[in-house]
Amino acid sequence: MSSLQSLDIRRRSATTSASPSVREQLSVAKLIDISKCIGCKACQSACMEWNDVRDAIGSNVGVYDNPPDLSDKSWTVMRFTEHETEAGRLEWLIRKDGCMHCADPGCLKACPAPGAIVQYANGIVDFIEENCIGCGSCVTGCPFNVPRISKADNKAYKCTLCSDRVAVGLEPACVKSCPTGAITFGTKEAMIDHAAERVADLQERGYAQAGLYDPQGVGGTHVMYVLQHADTPEIYHGLPAHPRISALVALWKGALKPLALAAMGLAVLTGFFHYVTVGPNDADAQDGGDGDDDHPPDAGRPARI
Amino acid sequence: MTNHWVDIKNADVVLIMGGNAAEAHPCGFKWVTEAKAHNKARLVVVDPRFTRSAALADYYAPIRTGTDIAFLGGVIKYLLDSGKYQKEYVRNYTNAGFVVNAGYGFDNGIFSGYDPQKRSYDPASWAYEMGPDGYAVVDPTLEHPRCVLQVMKRHYARYTPEMVQKVCGTPPEAFLKVCEYLASTGVPGRVMTILYALGWTQHSQGAQMIRTGAIVQLLLGNIGLPGGGMNALRGHSNIQGLTDLGLLSNALPGYLTLAGDKEQDYEAYIAKRTLKPLRPNQTSYWQNYPKFHVSLMKAWWGKAATRENHWAYDYLPKLDRLYDVLQAFELMSQGKMNGYICQGFNPLAAFPDKAKISAGLAQLKFLVVIDPLATETSEFWKNYGEFNDVEPSKIATTVFRLPCTCFAEEEGSLTNSSRWLQWHWKGAEAPGAARGDAEIIAGLFGRLRALYAKEGGAFPDPIRDLTWPYKVGESPSAEDLAREFNGKALADLADPKDAGKLLARSGEQLASFAMLRDDGSTASGCWIYCGAWTQAGNQMARRDNADPWNDGQTLGWAWAWPVNRRILYNGASVDPAGKPWSPRSHLTAWNGSAWAGSDVPDQRIDAAPDQHVGPFIMTAEGVAKLFVPSGMAEGPLPEHYEPFESPVAANLLSPGNPRSFSNPAARLFAGDAARLGKPEQFPYAATTYRLTEHFHYWTKHAHIPAVLQPQQFVEIGSDLAAQKGIANGARVKVWSKRGYIVAVAVVTRRIKAMDCNGTTVHHIGIPIHWGFKGVANAGYLANTLTPFVGDANTQTPEFKSFTVNIEKA
Repeated sequence: MSSLQSLDIRRRSATTSASPSVREQLSVAKLIDISKCIGCKACQSACMEWNDVRDAIGSNVGVYDNPPDLSDKSWTVMRFTEHETEAGRLEWLIRKDGCMHCADPGCLKACPAPGAIVQYANGIVDFIEENCIGCGSCVTGCPFNVPRISKADNKAYKCTLCSDRVAVGLEPACVKSCPTGAITFGTKEAMIDHAAERVADLQERGYAQAGLYDPQGVGGTHVMYVLQHADTPEIYHGLPAHPRISALVALWKGALKPLALAAMGLAVLTGFFHYVTVGPNDADAQDGGDGDDDHPPDAGRPARI
Repeated sequence: MTNHWVDIKNADVVLIMGGNAAEAHPCGFKWVTEAKAHNKARLVVVDPRFTRSAALADYYAPIRTGTDIAFLGGVIKYLLDSGKYQKEYVRNYTNAGFVVNAGYGFDNGIFSGYDPQKRSYDPASWAYEMGPDGYAVVDPTLEHPRCVLQVMKRHYARYTPEMVQKVCGTPPEAFLKVCEYLASTGVPGRVMTILYALGWTQHSQGAQMIRTGAIVQLLLGNIGLPGGGMNALRGHSNIQGLTDLGLLSNALPGYLTLAGDKEQDYEAYIAKRTLKPLRPNQTSYWQNYPKFHVSLMKAWWGKAATRENHWAYDYLPKLDRLYDVLQAFELMSQGKMNGYICQGFNPLAAFPDKAKISAGLAQLKFLVVIDPLATETSEFWKNYGEFNDVEPSKIATTVFRLPCTCFAEEEGSLTNSSRWLQWHWKGAEAPGAARGDAEIIAGLFGRLRALYAKEGGAFPDPIRDLTWPYKVGESPSAEDLAREFNGKALADLADPKDAGKLLARSGEQLASFAMLRDDGSTASGCWIYCGAWTQAGNQMARRDNADPWNDGQTLGWAWAWPVNRRILYNGASVDPAGKPWSPRSHLTAWNGSAWAGSDVPDQRIDAAPDQHVGPFIMTAEGVAKLFVPSGMAEGPLPEHYEPFESPVAANLLSPGNPRSFSNPAARLFAGDAARLGKPEQFPYAATTYRLTEHFHYWTKHAHIPAVLQPQQFVEIGSDLAAQKGIANGARVKVWSKRGYIVAVAVVTRRIKAMDCNGTTVHHIGIPIHWGFKGVANAGYLANTLTPFVGDANTQTPEFKSFTVNIEKA
């Protein structure tokens, strides 16, 4: 939500200038243990309280999920799934949904607005709304369908992992409020260790496929889940088994980026020689192109809300 | 709770039945997740619905609502038949060996001593056989055909797994699986806790459901141990305090009891309650009843309570009948009660059969509502369309609304389920003209007393003489009230064992109820709270969470009644030789000269094991009662009865007996009997409950909880939904004989159809939180549907089991 805090920035959207690298800031993570979650929504409540956002009082649409989806004012929601195992055992799987804070954030890669999305040195991915142009590229870039564009100010919002709290040594508000210890927070290393204990406990109880969800397709995440059935994350209200940044964004921002930069450089160079050897072009003859580094071809498509 | 919240972490098995701790007690439920994570505990949930608690359970078994005694009776039979109970514990610490009178009998659902006209029992025939020595006869071999264990074996012989299946709808394999989990704790070294709440209390046989759970725990040897116990999870932050302070029509503070109108004689009143031991050498702590009673009278009436006037015994009202809330509204509806004060209570929403409640309120001359919120009760007279369709012009009741502070706007102590009195401090000033509850009551009292002084009256004495020792009489402070309920010496108290030694000087705060006397030299407003505010100050404000034994007892955190003891009956955590049953238990042990450990020992500190002083010091037996010779309205052993509205046609445990279909000793007013439905018109079992997102009818007034659960809904199983053509999210009408509600249908696989002896039973779940006041979407009061009948002992309404019908709206 704000860059005015003592967290170093590792990456900024649409920016090539180097980030500070002298200070050592530990990589942090939030671990959500679905086997301890009772879906009480204290985290949703705390999120609204801490961040001063109040979603509208909606209606019941036949499920416990309320509000029924993430929004510009609901940065986390509980997803309730009734699942029957092959053995006929009913399970009520309750997943706290929200930003996963990818190590390789598709939103940031897709974002054309300089500094609208940053990744701090501790791994938190944050939206800096002052710089947001409301284009919705982050929505396209997110493999978890998390960012939402506000109709009020046309800016993108999502969980900040309470970067303002973390910056001063506090845990995120949802972690603070969780009554059962289902949400824990610490260094990513410590959370992976804690998850291993939890997974061992679940395996001892017969959940042979219990495991940690830290998907490598996005470089791992700074929000991780302990799942009873890590082999089928999709049953947890569509948690993607192999999340990846949209191929187009990945291609454009990944492999093609150096080529694009080279092409730009070449274009400038060519232009220079063209100017020197041929003289200035007419303005309307200049090639605007359909995508420079800051504007991927699909920018500006309607946000998925 | 016999134990406490933190102690749940010491359990090996957690049974949640008659409650939904994850839903209704999410903060306390953390100790269940702790037990699972760090003690490898297994969580077992038995409930009609697959609940939030079930979501985290290692095993879930379904049960038809209202049949818990049939289920647990089956568990008792399983334990007795298989021998998988803690035999040494049962032999030494329960009344299993006590011999019951030859006159005791049980015939097809009815115990001996029943009067069908009065719908009540004379318990005389349930008594123990008494020996020539004046003590109860005990057979330590447990083989006497009339000893309690043998009586129980015969009584529960009918409760087979097949019977459990037919009555409860629980598949036998699920029932037996639960039995195995429970029985795994019937050995020294393994312990189970039972967590229950309104899912057991809100039945016409609720008290006996709880007793059945207690019997299971006693057979397994789980009472008094860390990680064990019978643990009632209370529904309000201070409802334990309400009970402790005796805010029930027949109670006095500290579980002392009000006299009946046949008890005009003081000596007889006292003698009946001063329980003499039924076995040699037993503590029978109620022998001290006179000390607690006299100290209470001195706290209330001071110098006006004298030995000569029997400590102002005549100032106490004598009950001609119970004046529970159901009775109060029955009297209102008959026009026999015409004024009512509602303090922190919203009966239009919170009590059964809203139409009857509303009609009763409309008969009043005046209604006083003391509440921080604009409650439905305070606007019962106002038309809110379909949600409260009344005609204001026809209601003459004058309503006085007195806004009061809420918990965060005042200081004082809250007693939690763990029996901890925790002092809290004011967080904010109250808005507007709101006043504290004590200030409001003091204001009413002051005016009443002035009126009596000015105009006289029939019997002004109790009002005129009431002590009012507070620094600011118009607004007694929480500190003053706390000092008063603790109690103080009214004279110098010499040590009875050493006359030269002074235990307390006159005027000093008392350290414990052991110092209370029956000679008028001590005062205590609530004897069990004595020790909360001593000469050393406010013990409730202590916040030392040191846990030297690492067993969660934290004796320096706040203060627990009685005498800061954290686990009741902890004397049963050791074997008869004084050694803990489990090496993991540090609560108490005999060190050669005294009892000591991580808790305050629950036995006389110097009672050596060879004196055989039983650990259940509050009973006259010295042991726990599997069979209760008196005190329960409907019998000495729990027996299954159907809810007053049941989806099945017969009580299979006493077939063909119309008297024992439902609780034969429950009170049912004639007008309400006519408002009960039959299965033909109302085929579905309904149950009401709370949701995590809301607190009763309060939080619908607050924005965030209203966002989290915005609109009234009912839950139905997918089978019933398919049958009725009800789509998920569609609107449905649900009605009982007493009225209807309209709500959104949440169609779920978490409620499954059950086969109960050939009858397919569908449950309909009805969360209660909506009404016509507040910021959440307006809704119908769920208690429009519920029946006006209560438990035979407590009169707690049967909110958990009734019948309805349902259609698409």
